[in-house]
Amino acid sequence: MAELQVHVAEPQAHAGEPLLRSNLLTRRFGGLTAVHNVSLAFEVGEVHAVIGTNGAGKSTLINMLSGEMPASSGSIHFDGHDITDWSQPRRALAGIGRSYQRTTIFPAFSVLENCRLCAQAALPRAWAVWQSAQRCEASLAVAREALASAGLADDAARVAGTLSHGGKRQLEIAMCLATRPRVLLLDEPLAGMGAEETERMLALLAALKRQHAVLLVEHDMDAVFRIAERITVMVNGEVIASDAPAAIRSNRQVQLAYLGEGH
Amino acid sequence: MKPWIVPVLAAVALAALPAVLTPYTQDLVVKIAVFAVFALSLELLVGTTGLVSLGHAAFFGIGAYVTVMATGDRGAASALWLLPAAMAAAALYAAFVGALSLRTTGVYFIMVTLAFAQMAYFVFHDTKLGGGSDGIFLYSKPVIELGGTVLLDLDRKPHLYYAVLAALVFTYALLALIRRSRFGHALAGIRVNEQRMRAAGFRTYGYKLAAFVIAGALAGLAGFLLAVKDGAVNPELLSWHESGAVLLMIILGGIGSLRGAVIGAVAFTLLKELYQSEALLGTLASHWQLTLGLTIIAFVALLPKGLIGLKARLWGSAHG
Repeated sequence: MAELQVHVAEPQAHAGEPLLRSNLLTRRFGGLTAVHNVSLAFEVGEVHAVIGTNGAGKSTLINMLSGEMPASSGSIHFDGHDITDWSQPRRALAGIGRSYQRTTIFPAFSVLENCRLCAQAALPRAWAVWQSAQRCEASLAVAREALASAGLADDAARVAGTLSHGGKRQLEIAMCLATRPRVLLLDEPLAGMGAEETERMLALLAALKRQHAVLLVEHDMDAVFRIAERITVMVNGEVIASDAPAAIRSNRQVQLAYLGEGH
Repeated sequence: MKPWIVPVLAAVALAALPAVLTPYTQDLVVKIAVFAVFALSLELLVGTTGLVSLGHAAFFGIGAYVTVMATGDRGAASALWLLPAAMAAAALYAAFVGALSLRTTGVYFIMVTLAFAQMAYFVFHDTKLGGGSDGIFLYSKPVIELGGTVLLDLDRKPHLYYAVLAALVFTYALLALIRRSRFGHALAGIRVNEQRMRAAGFRTYGYKLAAFVIAGALAGLAGFLLAVKDGAVNPELLSWHESGAVLLMIILGGIGSLRGAVIGAVAFTLLKELYQSEALLGTLASHWQLTLGLTIIAFVALLPKGLIGLKARLWGSAHG
């Protein structure tokens, strides 16, 4: 079972090269072009928000970057490697983590086990059946660290399905962190959250961006303009603007296409 | 209470049973234990990994046929190579079927596993390879000899009984180990949400294939035991009826637990024995498929979690 071994890409020094970059990325579904020639860069220390109406191609973009969906054309580069043809598990092990718009936790498992399982993916010797998973210190340590980062340390023993909606969204992020990613692709982490939960999540994102490159797809515009260093606006699969928040706010084209006259 | 106490007590009780059993009931216990091994092997796929296979009898039948055909007419073969050969052959076919069928999911997976099992069935049914539709006899049962001393002779009832019991304990213990290991937890994760597991970095195809091959090898072990117990094999061992029967066993017992698979094998075999008994049921015995089918429908309707869920029901929902 050699294929279960870890393939962690050697970090390479590339002066001026962003950690994750897409180049003319395109995805077609039959006659429909969901994403067209999207070239974006994501760097550590930055929250790069991608906004746009439903159907603008944001989730498709995340799906292509995470490897869940192949690109029709264009390329993706991560840490000096062309990863366009890499499978999703290989990208995940190399350091590209994602969360889902719809919560995808394992509801019957404990909160800790949700994270421990994700942390286990990178460990060698998965076939060692005589070792108990629940006593696997290597994955437990990473899982506890991820839970602490996401503010869920006190809920470790709870059954994941009993968490509040906000708690489940936090767990979703913690599971992503448990894979020790360097890039976080977050698909609407604030969806359905109350004001207090939103504040907690924004504080978490602000802490995470120090060590991660963060792609944030989000509909909550107030939150996006508060936290993002860079905002990309997509309309019908194309990027119409990509700039700092202040510049995006005053961009006439964006106002017409998306933000509305009142903004 | 430790989770292993009940299975260990059950094994000890089974080991003591021959002292008080009639030859008929001892034979019945052996038969149930063989089917319990078979049901446990499918439980790894259906209950643990979430892969509903409707072709599991193929590996059972191949294990049984290899046992008979590799023995041939050269006298008793050594179980030391015959058993591994039977399991390896079943595992090999499982690797082939799994490699192809695991590229599909859901109802397509069910259909593809069924198709590959039917293929194997017709190979034995329609060619002279394994004696055609009549099957073949196992003239000499396997032995284990060491320096001229016979340590194990599966032609002798007590030897067979304890060999089958050992196989059941081995299978149960192996699967219990797998379920508590990282590998088993990954399989459980794949059952709940395979996409999430891939996003976390698991190459899920490899995990599923490994589970499929292990399940195939254990079904081959059950096939070996059945061939030795019955002293004959026929193509019906590979039929989809057999695949369906073993699936019914784990549904009847309760999907998702090893105990459920064993309880299901006990219940299914006993019910079948009861409904086939002319002494008890007279002419109704010839319609045993009808009575067995109706009983299973009633069980599934009343106990959706299987017989294993009965305890929770009796104790009240608070303990569920």
